[in-house]
Amino acid sequence: MASLNQHVSVLSQALNLRTQRHQVLASNIANADTPHYKARDFSFESAMQNAMAGRMSAGGVALARTASGHISGGSSSGPAAVQFRKETQSAVDGNTVDMDVERAQIAENALQYQILTQLISDKFKGVRSALASTSS
Amino acid sequence: MSLFNVFQVSSSAMTAQSMRLNAVASNLANADSIVSSDGKPYRAKQVVFEATPMGSQGDLSKGVRVRQVVDDASPPRMVYDPKNPAADEKGYVAFPNVNVVEEMTNMISASRSYQTNVEVMNTAKTMMLRTLQIGQG
Repeated sequence: MASLNQHVSVLSQALNLRTQRHQVLASNIANADTPHYKARDFSFESAMQNAMAGRMSAGGVALARTASGHISGGSSSGPAAVQFRKETQSAVDGNTVDMDVERAQIAENALQYQILTQLISDKFKGVRSALASTSS
Repeated sequence: MSLFNVFQVSSSAMTAQSMRLNAVASNLANADSIVSSDGKPYRAKQVVFEATPMGSQGDLSKGVRVRQVVDDASPPRMVYDPKNPAADEKGYVAFPNVNVVEEMTNMISASRSYQTNVEVMNTAKTMMLRTLQIGQG
């Protein structure tokens, strides 16, 4: 049973990161007309690796908290290191949001999220069928 | 559930875009108002957007808010019409500095942005519903 727990926790960690990425992408789209706004994103792969390794920030340098009064250093966003997107053609007002890129990324992210929910569902379905075969 | 932040962000953007649309409507409606409440010709209004942190997860989500509504600083359009009671001693009438073409493109841009934000919201909703369906069936 420990292995099931482990599998599901990996998947739920991935779900969390996908949710966070959706937030970042939604912010980009929301600010598509805001002057001087710079589009942001984070790499899901490296964020997932950080989360698996239990590291908090992408730099890998987290402050050790040896007493309860210590304030946790680094960003509060968890393993995801949000970075500015490389700009291709920025607007005159300094905005770097490229609507096509953001739309594509958000669609991809939503699809990956659905894949993850499907995987978790299938995992539980497997457990359920295992339980059913013993009871009948 | 941090997906709820997406709703906040998108709805803030929708509010901002509808304020922009409001300004466009007011500008187009008053494109020929040579006398406004202060006695001068109407001045085109423009909204200024600003990114603002939103939600509980710190830096991740940034919404939009309208920082201010500014009057367009460009000079009024002078039209020669000596018969007009509002004409000055040289026969020129000061018309509002509304650029109708600019306002139309502004309107299209605002409505497109609004649509995109609705779509983002819908995507978030679908994702949440999928989450609720985990383990069913």
